[in-house]
Amino acid sequence: MKQTVQFKLNGESIQIEVEPHLSLLQVIREKLELTGTKEGCGMGECGACTVLVDGKAINSCLFPILEVEGKSVTTIEGLIEADGTLHPLQRSFVENGAVQCGFCTPGMVLSAKALLDQHPKPTEKQIRLAISGNLCRCTGYIQIIRAIQAASEQ
Amino acid sequence: MTEFINVGKRIPKSDAQEKVTGKAIYIQDLKIPGMLWGKILYSHHPHARILNIDTSEAEKLPGVKAVLTGYNIPTIKFGFYKDNTPLKSNKVCSYRDEVAAVAAIDPDIAEEAINLIKVEYELLPPVFDPEEAMKEGAPLIHEDHLGGKEKKPTNILNIPWKLVAGDVEEGRKNSDYVAENRFKVTWVTHCCMGTSGCIAQFDPRDNLTIYSNTQIPSLAQRDFTEALSAMGLQGKKVRLIKATIGGAFGSKLDTYPYEYIAILLAHRTRKPVKIIFSREEEFFATSPRQAAIIDIAQGCKKDGTLTFRDVRMVLDNGAYTSWGATTPSVMMMPISSLYKVPHVRYVAKCVYTNNTYSQAFRGYGNPQATFAIESQIDSLAEMAGIDPLDFRLRNANTPGEVTPQRFKVGTCGLRECIDAVAQRLDWRQNRGKRDGRGVGMASLIHVGGGARVYKSDGCGTIIKVDDFGTVNVITGATDMGQGADTVIAQIVAEELGVRIQDVVVTHTDTDICPWDVGAHASRTTFVAGNSAKMAAKKVKEQLLEVASRSLGEVPENLEIRDRMVFSKIDPEKKSPLGKVLRAAHYTTGGKMVMAEYFYDPPNENLDKEFKGNLSVTYAYGTHGVEVEVDKTTGQVNILKYIAAHDVGRAVNPMLLEGQVYGGAAMGIGYALMEQLVLNNGKVINPDFRDYKILTASDIPTIEAITIETDDPFGPFGAKGIGEPGLVPTAPAIANAIYDAIGVRIKDLPITPEKILAALKGKDSK
Repeated sequence: MKQTVQFKLNGESIQIEVEPHLSLLQVIREKLELTGTKEGCGMGECGACTVLVDGKAINSCLFPILEVEGKSVTTIEGLIEADGTLHPLQRSFVENGAVQCGFCTPGMVLSAKALLDQHPKPTEKQIRLAISGNLCRCTGYIQIIRAIQAASEQ
Repeated sequence: MTEFINVGKRIPKSDAQEKVTGKAIYIQDLKIPGMLWGKILYSHHPHARILNIDTSEAEKLPGVKAVLTGYNIPTIKFGFYKDNTPLKSNKVCSYRDEVAAVAAIDPDIAEEAINLIKVEYELLPPVFDPEEAMKEGAPLIHEDHLGGKEKKPTNILNIPWKLVAGDVEEGRKNSDYVAENRFKVTWVTHCCMGTSGCIAQFDPRDNLTIYSNTQIPSLAQRDFTEALSAMGLQGKKVRLIKATIGGAFGSKLDTYPYEYIAILLAHRTRKPVKIIFSREEEFFATSPRQAAIIDIAQGCKKDGTLTFRDVRMVLDNGAYTSWGATTPSVMMMPISSLYKVPHVRYVAKCVYTNNTYSQAFRGYGNPQATFAIESQIDSLAEMAGIDPLDFRLRNANTPGEVTPQRFKVGTCGLRECIDAVAQRLDWRQNRGKRDGRGVGMASLIHVGGGARVYKSDGCGTIIKVDDFGTVNVITGATDMGQGADTVIAQIVAEELGVRIQDVVVTHTDTDICPWDVGAHASRTTFVAGNSAKMAAKKVKEQLLEVASRSLGEVPENLEIRDRMVFSKIDPEKKSPLGKVLRAAHYTTGGKMVMAEYFYDPPNENLDKEFKGNLSVTYAYGTHGVEVEVDKTTGQVNILKYIAAHDVGRAVNPMLLEGQVYGGAAMGIGYALMEQLVLNNGKVINPDFRDYKILTASDIPTIEAITIETDDPFGPFGAKGIGEPGLVPTAPAIANAIYDAIGVRIKDLPITPEKILAALKGKDSK
């Protein structure tokens, strides 16, 4: 039995019919074809599927779709401005070499956004903690931490 | 020194914008209309005869389009030793053995179908310890595998790794001190954030297109072409298209059963078939770095001069043979050539067991060998009463040296690396206190100019310039996140005099891209870079030739910069690059500006004695660590991490530092926490909860120091840097732990449990 769920996705109100057992990640990637959100493990352990729900970073692979009813969801596709301008965090990731294979990047950027929205001038420790649920195998995190610091200084 | 415009600059990775916006398309994101989903049933036992496979229930399930087993597919043999098959018949030799596969209209149905397949097994005695597996009477993994002089059934592979240079017994006799130890290293896995996957599709003429994550497009194309022949499709074509690769680190240097299974399912169903690994599969069904038992002896004179190095190894090959079995060829490099050592012997055996089979992983054997060598160098220095820093400086490689393996040392910044690390760690002040804080260092040698593993070490490049001055670089190289796309663009932009944003690099399609041996041996910047540079040189000659006609100036006086061609002696003579190109195209008897170059470095294949100048240049480096060890918990805290590397030249310092940071982070994991735990052949920690990799909270601040030695063979002086970052990490940390608390851990990972046990043993003495 499909159910209707209504929520805001990247600023736009949407209403869709979904199987209630699906995760937010499955709906985003498969029904809505927003493939910027990645699945790295499907068990809430790697953070590649991180999106923002009402401004908080969550693992969308564990988030039941019906739980988003009436909430506001931001995916990586929602960060870029209408004219194509990158979000300052995205620009900072590019300029600071924070991106290698890029599979963790969307989730990493969104965890960083949740942090900066709450703490515009975070300490290094706060940055490390905020992205400690987002695994990266390429970069050793150093340039990611720097990118977030640089974005927070703008 | 020459002033460069593009080389040496911190230019962002070419595809970083796609990746930060979520627009990059990985294999996970690709869909083809009508596509089916493939799923694999793995063995339930480490060693068993297959008595029967009942697929009838699975076949009846609505939505299932094909069910394959080893009994209804053609025989396809693949792998370095040709001992692997896509689906196993007769018997299974490890838990990751593929027993059956399904294609269905969605992944859930495929999964359900897999669960409906019933397999009857007769259990066979397994063997998990390679030393046990070598013994007479041990269970045989492959009964038809014969070896030794008598050609008897054996688990020991017929790959006699043996390097002898000088006379180690003589060296031993002349030693004032000799250290002898056994070291052990275990399985660690790549943990690519994007799991493995592919999509196979046949056209109506039976030609295959496969979308893949591979690091070896040209070699994989050959493997799959052979598979088509085995399927009765001789002469059919294979086109391989790479999606954005979500990490590789050596894991994609071979072709795997799942790829052949996707091909077989696609051919059977006449539909595109996609297989994507779950994270659990990624942990247990991909090939880790090999486990090894390392017996090593080294000696020195009273003054610290090394006298000999004698190493014996047993490598756990697992049940099948991938390139992991050839890692001893790379282990030979540090064993023979890290520091000056006159007498060297190395013997290694690869042994079949019922464990998972291993593969290439960043460093390709070098991290294992270097862990043993560099840990023991500290022990030897201590025996001789010499500061390990002085010990290393005394024996450090120098330019002009020919090593026992006949490597010709060209540019070599090893001493500079050691010095830089010592200085940054304040070595003399901080060493030798045994107060819970300690410093340690370890060095590395690695190939820096590719490595002639195959007959060819080449890479092709095609460059064409369009009507508007856009430079299309079509390369055989593979970008898997390391930045090959960007570095190649910088090299071409520098050589041609064009802007980096006017260079577009294509590297994803075997129908378009020229041949390349693969993204291994840290070779891409060097080999693909040189190839691109030389193609660019040819293109530039053509461009200036064309421009000379329209500008009435001899080519020698022309230069290109900022999208303009201009005369160096007459500033009036200039023209936009695009206009020059258009003039060339829109002319009777016109000309297209395009060039190709195939660069194959002057590297030598190792001869029958495994000697020869494998690489035209070598990369060196030293890592230094300061640690604090909590004696009550055994916890190791890294206070300072210095990574100094001789890189020839940093074409892109930002991307290069990314390689060093990422390598060191992997190396720290290898040293302290990572371990794929196999319990009687079964991976019991197939998830990130139980297989720990470093998080952003764990990573220490790493300082990357770049030593530029401007290699005469490298593109603008560059050497390879992809792998070196993790090679000396584990021994540097082990040495620092010893300096801090006086215990030496000789098996990886160095967990708090091992440290506590060692401290307890020390106290009880």
